[in-house]
Amino acid sequence: MKKEPKDNNWSPSKLNDEMNSVLSTPEASPLQMAQMSPLRRLVASFGLPRLIITAFLLLMFIAAPFTGSDFWTQVSNTINRFSWNAVLVLAMVPMIHSGCGLNFGLPLGIISGLLGATMAIEFGFTGPVSFFMAIVISTPIAIVLGMGYGWLLNKIKGGEMMIATYVGFSSVSFMCMMWLLLPYKSPTMVWGYAGKGLRTTISLEGFYDKVLANFLQINIGTLSIPTGTILFFALLAFLMWAFLHTKTGTAMTALGSNPAFAKAAGINIDKTRMLSVVISTWLAAVGILVYQQGFGFIQLYMAPFYMALPAVSAILIGGASVNKASIANVVIGTFLFQGMVTMTPTVMNSIIQMDMSEVIRVIVSQGMILYALTRKTKGGNN
Amino acid sequence: MKKKKTLRPEGNPIVRFIRNNTVPIMFVLICAVCIPLSGFSPSYLLNEIVTRMGRNIFLILCLLIPIMAGMGLNFGMTLGAMAGEIALIFVADWQIWGIPGVILAMILSIPFSILLGLLCGKLLNMSKGREMITSYIISFFINGLYQLVVLYMMGPIIPIKHFSIKLPRGYGIRNTVSLLNMRQVLDNALSVTIAGVKIPILTFAIIAVLCLFVTWFRKTKLGQDMRAVGQNMEVARAAGINVERTRLISIVISTVIAGFGMIIYLQNMGNLSTYSSHSQIGMFCIAALLVGGASVDKANIGNVFLGVILFHTMFIVAPSAGAKITGDSMIGEYFRVFISYGVITVALVMYEAKKRRAKSLAGHKLAQDQLTEDKEAAQ
Repeated sequence: MKKEPKDNNWSPSKLNDEMNSVLSTPEASPLQMAQMSPLRRLVASFGLPRLIITAFLLLMFIAAPFTGSDFWTQVSNTINRFSWNAVLVLAMVPMIHSGCGLNFGLPLGIISGLLGATMAIEFGFTGPVSFFMAIVISTPIAIVLGMGYGWLLNKIKGGEMMIATYVGFSSVSFMCMMWLLLPYKSPTMVWGYAGKGLRTTISLEGFYDKVLANFLQINIGTLSIPTGTILFFALLAFLMWAFLHTKTGTAMTALGSNPAFAKAAGINIDKTRMLSVVISTWLAAVGILVYQQGFGFIQLYMAPFYMALPAVSAILIGGASVNKASIANVVIGTFLFQGMVTMTPTVMNSIIQMDMSEVIRVIVSQGMILYALTRKTKGGNN
Repeated sequence: MKKKKTLRPEGNPIVRFIRNNTVPIMFVLICAVCIPLSGFSPSYLLNEIVTRMGRNIFLILCLLIPIMAGMGLNFGMTLGAMAGEIALIFVADWQIWGIPGVILAMILSIPFSILLGLLCGKLLNMSKGREMITSYIISFFINGLYQLVVLYMMGPIIPIKHFSIKLPRGYGIRNTVSLLNMRQVLDNALSVTIAGVKIPILTFAIIAVLCLFVTWFRKTKLGQDMRAVGQNMEVARAAGINVERTRLISIVISTVIAGFGMIIYLQNMGNLSTYSSHSQIGMFCIAALLVGGASVDKANIGNVFLGVILFHTMFIVAPSAGAKITGDSMIGEYFRVFISYGVITVALVMYEAKKRRAKSLAGHKLAQDQLTEDKEAAQ
C-alpha cells in the first residue's frame, strides 16, 4: 500500500498545487516532454502498450487486402462491433472517475438490462417500442441494484475491484436460477417442450433486432455504417461528458484523482461514489441492450459472466488508468480492441493458416489489465 | 464516521462464536437440510467425501502460505495448476505411467512452478494493496500464454510425439489427455476399505507431510518473517526484513505446492481436460477454504479440512436436493455455483469491512492519545 506523505498544513499555494496536479495528467510535465526525443515523447504521451496495439491493428488493416479479404468489409465489421460495445465501455467511466476503480461488477448492470429486455418481450411489446420499453423497465432495476452495489462498495473502500468481480459473479449465478424460476410465459422466450424456464439465447427478430443500426444506415459498396447506433452512443457519450463538467461531475473527478483533497474540499464522498456506481450500472444495462440490438440475440445464463473483462481492457487500451478515464479513451479503446477482435481471425487465418485470434485476444486484453494494475497510481485509494 | 465505537467484545460467548463462524454454521445448516433431501446413502456420501478430501486438500493447502504473508487469497494458484498440467502432458507423452509417472510429473512441475511463481510474485510486488485482483487477472493472462504454448507450440517447437495426445492436425494437444494408466495410483497404493469406505492412506500420508511442513514452516525464520510482513509491511521493513523477497518466496512456495496438488488431483480424476481443468480450480479451492471458516488474513489447517468436508458435501448433495425441491436438476447445479461465488463475496466483504473498521478504530485511538498527550503537555 503506497502511503501519501502526510501533511496537515494546508496553505493556499499548496491547495493550488494540489488542484493543478488533480487537473493535469500525471504522466509527464510539458518541460519533461520537451526534453525528450520525438519518439520518446510519442511513447510517453500515448503509452507503449497502446502504441503496440495501434501498430498491430494498422498492420492488420494493411495486410487485410493482401490476404484476399475485402478491406471495406473489414472496416464495416470493426465499426459495427465498435457500435455494439461502446456503451458498455462507456459504463466504466463514472466509477473510474469517482475512484471506485475498474468496474468488474459490470455483470450486475448487464443483468438489469437482461431483466428489462425479457420483461419488455414478456409484456408483449414488439418492434422499436420494445427497445424503448426495455430501457424504461431496466432503469429502475438498475438504479435499485446500483444503489445496493454502491452501498456495498462504500463499506469496503480500497477493496472495490475484487469485491466488484465477485458481486458480478454471484449475481450472474443467482440469476441463472432465476431465469429458470421466474414465471416467464412468452412462447418466444421459454423452452418449447417444458413451457417454462427461459432459453439460453433468445432471438430478437420481430422485436428490436437492429433497431438502432438500421436507422439512417449508410451503405456504400461493401462499407456499411450503423449510423443510428453510433448516434445513440454519441448522445450518451456527450451526456457523460457534459455531466463530468457539471459541479457534481467535477467533484467526482476530484474524488478519484485525490480523495484526501476531495475530502478537504467538502465533497460528500459516499454520496458521490454511490451516484457514480448507479450511473455505471445503468449504462451497463443500456449497453447490453445496445449490444443485443446489434447482435440480434439476448444471451442469458452464464453469458454475462465474463463480459466485464473485454470492456475493462478496452478502456485501458484506450489509455485510461485505474483512476483516470475520458470519453476519448472510450472511443479509441473500443475501436482498437474491437478492431483487433475482428481483424485477427481473418488476417491471421489466411497468413499462417491457424486461428490464434482467441489466444491473442486473451493475452492482449488480460495483459493490458495487468499493466494498468501494476502501474503506480497517483492519489488513488491504494 | 463519527459514531462511537467500543473496543469491548460482545459479552455473550455464544453470540461471539456464531458471529465468528457465520459461514461454517450456515454451511452446516445447508448440508443438514440437503442431505436427507438428496436421498444418498451414508456410505456413498462418506465414500465421496473421503475421495474428494484426498483429491483437494493438498491443493487447498497451497493457499495458506500467501495468506500468512498478508497477500490475501492467492488466485494465482491456477499458475501452479497449469505447471502441473504441463508436466503431466510431458509425462503422458513419454508414456511413463504409474507411481513413477506421478513422481516424475511432480519433479518436472517444479521448474515451471518456480518460473511462474517468480513472475506472479514480481507482479504482485508491483501492485501492493490490490494483490487479489492482480493475481486473479494474472491467472487469466497466464491461461492465455498456456493456451498459446499448449495449443500451438506443442508439436512444432516443443516435441510431442505420441499420437494419442496430439491433435490430428499435427500440432497442439487434444482437449482431453487420458491419464487412465496412472488413474488413482496414489490412492490405490496402500488403500484400506473400512465398512465400504475406501481410505487412500498414501494420499493422506502425503497430505499429512505437507501439513507438518506448513506447521514447521510457520516456526522457521522465513515463516516468522512472512507473518511479520503480513502484519505490517512498513514495520517489517524497518525491522530489516526484505519484504519483497519474502513475499516473492511465499508465492513461489504456494505455486509449487499448487503444482503438486494439481497432479494429485488429476491422478485421482484419471483424465486431464487440457484447456479447462485449471480454469475453475482456484475458485473452488478458495471457496472451500473460506467455507471452513478462514478469512482473507487468517487461515489454518483446520479450516482446510472442515472446509473441504462442508463444501464438498454441499457440492455432492445440492443437485439432487435441488431436483427434489424444484423438480429441475439444473437449479441445484446453479445453486452450488451461486453458493461458491456467494461465499467468496461474503468473505471478501467481511474482510474489507473489518479492515476498515480496524483502521478507523486505530485512527480514533491515535487521536485520543494525541489529545491526552496534548493535555498532559499543557499541564
